[in-house]
Amino acid sequence: MRKSGVQLKMQRANTLVRLSPALNNCLTRNSIFYKAPICASLLLQSRSTGSHGPPAHWKTLKQISLETKSHMDFLPVPEGSWQESYSKKQKKANLLLAASALAFGLTYYIVYKSGCIYLHGYDYKTFKTSAGLSGPGVVASFSSEAASKKECDTSKTSPPAPAQADSGESNVSPGGNPQVDDLSKIPDIPDHVQYLIIGAGTAAFGAFRAIKSRDPRAKILVVGDEDSVPYMRPPLSKELWFNDDKEEVESLQFKQWNGKKRSIFYEPKEFFAEPKQLNSLENGGIALLMGKKVVKLDAGKKTAWLASGEKIKYEKCLIATGGKPRNLPVLAKAAPEVKSRTVLFRNIEDFKKLDSLTQQSESVAIIGGGFLGSELACALGKRAKKTGLKVYQIFPEKGNMGRILPDYLSKWTTRKVEREGAIVMPNQSVCAATFTDGKVVLNTDKGQCVAVDVVVAAVGLEPNVELARASNLEIDPTNGGFLVNAELEARRDLWVAGDAACFFDMKLGRRRVEHHDHAVVSGRLAGENMTGAAKPYWHQSMFWSDLGPDVGYEAIGIVDSSLPTVAVFAKATEKDNPKAVVEETGESLRSETEQNCDTTPASEKASPYLETEDFGKGIVFYLNDKKTVVGILLWNTFNKMTVARQVLRDGARNEDLYEVAKLFDIYDTQAEAAEESAAS
Amino acid sequence: MAAILVNTSGKDQVIFATKEDLGEPSSAIINLEEDEEDHQPGLILPNGDINWECPCLGGMASGPCGFEFREAFSCFHYSKAEPKGSDCYEAFLTMQDCMSHFPALYPPAKASPDDLSNPPQDGLGLVEIQGEMDSNAIQPERDSGSSRVES
Repeated sequence: MRKSGVQLKMQRANTLVRLSPALNNCLTRNSIFYKAPICASLLLQSRSTGSHGPPAHWKTLKQISLETKSHMDFLPVPEGSWQESYSKKQKKANLLLAASALAFGLTYYIVYKSGCIYLHGYDYKTFKTSAGLSGPGVVASFSSEAASKKECDTSKTSPPAPAQADSGESNVSPGGNPQVDDLSKIPDIPDHVQYLIIGAGTAAFGAFRAIKSRDPRAKILVVGDEDSVPYMRPPLSKELWFNDDKEEVESLQFKQWNGKKRSIFYEPKEFFAEPKQLNSLENGGIALLMGKKVVKLDAGKKTAWLASGEKIKYEKCLIATGGKPRNLPVLAKAAPEVKSRTVLFRNIEDFKKLDSLTQQSESVAIIGGGFLGSELACALGKRAKKTGLKVYQIFPEKGNMGRILPDYLSKWTTRKVEREGAIVMPNQSVCAATFTDGKVVLNTDKGQCVAVDVVVAAVGLEPNVELARASNLEIDPTNGGFLVNAELEARRDLWVAGDAACFFDMKLGRRRVEHHDHAVVSGRLAGENMTGAAKPYWHQSMFWSDLGPDVGYEAIGIVDSSLPTVAVFAKATEKDNPKAVVEETGESLRSETEQNCDTTPASEKASPYLETEDFGKGIVFYLNDKKTVVGILLWNTFNKMTVARQVLRDGARNEDLYEVAKLFDIYDTQAEAAEESAAS
Repeated sequence: MAAILVNTSGKDQVIFATKEDLGEPSSAIINLEEDEEDHQPGLILPNGDINWECPCLGGMASGPCGFEFREAFSCFHYSKAEPKGSDCYEAFLTMQDCMSHFPALYPPAKASPDDLSNPPQDGLGLVEIQGEMDSNAIQPERDSGSSRVES
């Protein structure tokens, strides 16, 4: 087909250019790539056609053509299949490609394996296992790669130049373990944390537990200035003194109300992660930095500074700095001998100090009639019965817990405390403290004096608000403490809980509470709000105290003896009514109150009766000037806090409190009935 | 019966009442229904979800293996496999592995050596844990549940 096509084409060309067939021939031949000199000779010949005949030696065109083989017969003749030759060529090329690809691959592999290639990029695998470190981790993973590059270099250049090896190896620890290497690069104190808690007491505990419950992968750093893991303080003035097992006391273990043994530490040391590792924990954790103090905050830049100079940036921060015990000015400026024998009771150290001091001494004076003073008086009173230790309790109020309990109950409690072995000296305050004859002599403003070996000052708590002053945070002028809103927030992403927080209670107004349960409740609330709950303070905290085996009480709300109170006590037996007792016929109590309001002589008559009466168990309601219940005291009445909480919330403004008291089921008749029905 | 009122001073009133007196039905109108805020729902919420804030969990959910514990316990709690929890082998193993790093927190005595070497396929270990926690949750804590018995 192809052959005949070419011939056809040639014929047509010849017919078209008949006049100069040679030229045509030349052109045609040229078009199929034949030699140019033939054409030149043709042109010469045509130029000489005008003369008288050619010389004899001249050859004809045909002869020349035949001689030079520029003739149609000499045209190359294609043969074989195009496809065949094409695939032959392809095969060759493919083989070449394959071979070179193989050669390249092999070369690359060898070079790569030998570690001579250094890619400028993150090795993400190393990046992850060196554990999500932001800055230092990257540096570390780079350094390990740099090290491998170095190795490659040294293997090529022998001997290795010492100067060259130096710069690369300075980043690599002699052990060469990248994991160890990474850790050594992280600062001991992280420079950035998700949750920062300042203080490591009960409020901090409540907060971190709440945070971790709501944000399972939370990374929390707790910074506390004490050298111990978070612990609960109540047993220090209560159960620990009544534990007879010395070893258990040594390890700070006590028996709970239900008889179970437990440690005062909320969690063992192992519970907490190392601060250094905190940011590398995949599933988060709680790290504890002990013996460190935060001295300044920048709430705007969300930065905290430690006393040791480190800077920590935080996302959310809680201040739970608690308070420190107050001291009496008389003791603060007393002689050093007096000071060294004075214990300001607050932490584990103080407990151990007082415990050991009172074991060696003959007498101890407790100054203060509040919770701590009265509890310690009972605790040491028990020791007094065994060892002959003399225990004095001195305070300006009329009776123990005089600021909390109504007069009659306070006085009654004093008698109970005395029965526990303490010598109570009410209505007087210490006005001088001197050191004479190896004893501390305390003089009171009533002219009495006691000489003791040890003095315990239990005169209240001062909230730790130095941080507020250093950080331009607001302090409540009347109650003290950091001023926070109902959600315990001081500034954006900054909360305060526990003793140090003066918060807005939507029900009872602005207040500051120094009790264990408040630390738990407010700490938990702050923790919830730090994880976005935005809850106000609503669940009222409670508090409790135990004074010897006969007195135990729990309370909620504002329990202040300066408020009017209405109490309902259980009367075990129906004896004849004493003289001073006024019959009440179940009518409204309030009218009764108003009538008796200004009859002071009647109250004086009543007192002798009350002093002989036994306040076994009962309920005391505290009222404000609007006759709303703002506080409830449950005297030796337990498991009724939920009822109290609801009554407090209601306020019981128009209720007969005697009727309200019925709700508390002081005699536990409901519980008994339930038990009976369960038994039958 | 009549209750006895003793008026000590204008400010403080005291009423003594006998068991019979106080046994009479109260006429006070006070809603004693607990608010949701105060109510301590125990380990399992009314809607069947797990209450990770339950004090009965102690430090389990907040401790160093808290996340692994949550994974395993959630898996078991929501497991529809038969027997329950049989699909939680992985999660359980992860938790066991984590706990083995903290022998002081999770004493191996609790889970016998056998358990450690071949974790139960049927999630029996978790059943035990759950049983333990449930009994804790049922036991009423003194009053507010957060105070005297703070765990």
